[in-house]
Amino acid sequence: MADKILKQLKIKVWRQKNAKSKGRFETYTIENISTGSSFLEMMDILNNDLIEKGIDPIAFDHDCREGICGTCSLYINGRPHGPDTEVTTCQLHMRKFKDGETIIIEPWRARAFPVIKDLVVDRSAFEKILQAGGFVSVNTGGVPDANAIPVSREDAEESMDAAACIGCGACVAACKNSSAMLFVSAKVSHLAKLPQGKVEADTRAMSMVAKMDELGFGGCTNTRACEAECPKSISIMNIARLNREYLKARLSR
Amino acid sequence: MSKFLTASIGRKFIMSVSGLFLMVFIAVHLGINLLLIFDDSGDLFNQGAHFMATNPLIKVMEPVLGLGFIVHILWSFMLEYQNWKARPVKYAKKNMSGASTWASRNMLVLGGLVLVFLIIHILDFFVKMKFTGHHLLEEVVVKGVHMENAYALVSTAFIQSTALGIFYIIGGILLGVHLSHGFWSSFQTLGLNNKYWLKRWQVIGQIYAVVVALGFAIIPLYFMFGLNN
Repeated sequence: MADKILKQLKIKVWRQKNAKSKGRFETYTIENISTGSSFLEMMDILNNDLIEKGIDPIAFDHDCREGICGTCSLYINGRPHGPDTEVTTCQLHMRKFKDGETIIIEPWRARAFPVIKDLVVDRSAFEKILQAGGFVSVNTGGVPDANAIPVSREDAEESMDAAACIGCGACVAACKNSSAMLFVSAKVSHLAKLPQGKVEADTRAMSMVAKMDELGFGGCTNTRACEAECPKSISIMNIARLNREYLKARLSR
Repeated sequence: MSKFLTASIGRKFIMSVSGLFLMVFIAVHLGINLLLIFDDSGDLFNQGAHFMATNPLIKVMEPVLGLGFIVHILWSFMLEYQNWKARPVKYAKKNMSGASTWASRNMLVLGGLVLVFLIIHILDFFVKMKFTGHHLLEEVVVKGVHMENAYALVSTAFIQSTALGIFYIIGGILLGVHLSHGFWSSFQTLGLNNKYWLKRWQVIGQIYAVVVALGFAIIPLYFMFGLNN
């Protein structure tokens, strides 16, 4: 069955020359988009049009286009990664939009994620948080026996669920406070649930939260918007665990 | 310790603990207030009010309660300011209704409105009972004990003014909505939550919020409809 064609769409998009310049919205018209194409393919077609017209193409982040790398972003019609749930923007399809619709595209908005150009933001703040404590200090060496360290199935599952975080930043974009708590809690949890991560449990939670605050992210007010908009459905139960780990570490010294 | 108080989770901890403390107070306050509608002679309520005004433990807790309110309010502004600063450029279009509840996104607004209610409420009753006095408060004797006629002050206020009654009903509902998010949220912030307890806290929280809203709303309604005669 052939995909339907959206005859005309209006794309209202944030244009910003560089980090220092003041941005503004521009509206472009695009025609004959197949509902089977992905949102980023629509952006590619639009950029082609723009290049042909001699207009600077719209800069946006993308890489794997398989929904696993966390590079694509975009705040589409008021929601991170657009109107679908549990998908990244590259996995969002144009069938989620109506013919004649105006689609508003904005970059992630957060003090800690400054705009570099158009829709591209600098998400290196996440790397800085990871560098502050999102690791285990163990000597590498030969591969240990699979069952040498006992881990219960439930712990392994919860750890893996937290490790599904791709660091895209949708949680920050969705949060009314631009809080990075879901990201930080996922990165703390996937280590805290395993024996290998227990050694540095105290310092990890404290240094990652300190870095998160320092970088200018907001605080969590438990609205749960992050969880709802997360393409990997990371649970806010990780935030409860981070709170627990942090308070335990703080109050014990 | 100062680091803890300025860290995001530390601030949230303060909000959570002060909030839980205020929730205990609200439960006690509602319990005493409901005596207004369970005894139309007013003796039971007067005894309750007298107990709250004279019991040594309550007297000690009174300034602590005041402090609890001040801390909860001050910290909420600090927290909201930090959160507001975290997004210098706002979105042109937001569609948050599917992802979070209205109450959770508007705790400061709800809390601010409850604060307005609280100030007027304190001026209405607490200040008169505690400091300035009022002609309706003249002494009554219940079971041989002399006490203020707090029942007369409260019941007369609601019988005389429908506007005041409506104001109190709105106050109760606003508080209920505030608590519908605040209750489970405080346990989440303390880390006392997991996939089993989330639903439980939320259900208990909803029940508590409805009881508080209905409980406080029913008292002015009782007098406005003249059910005390």
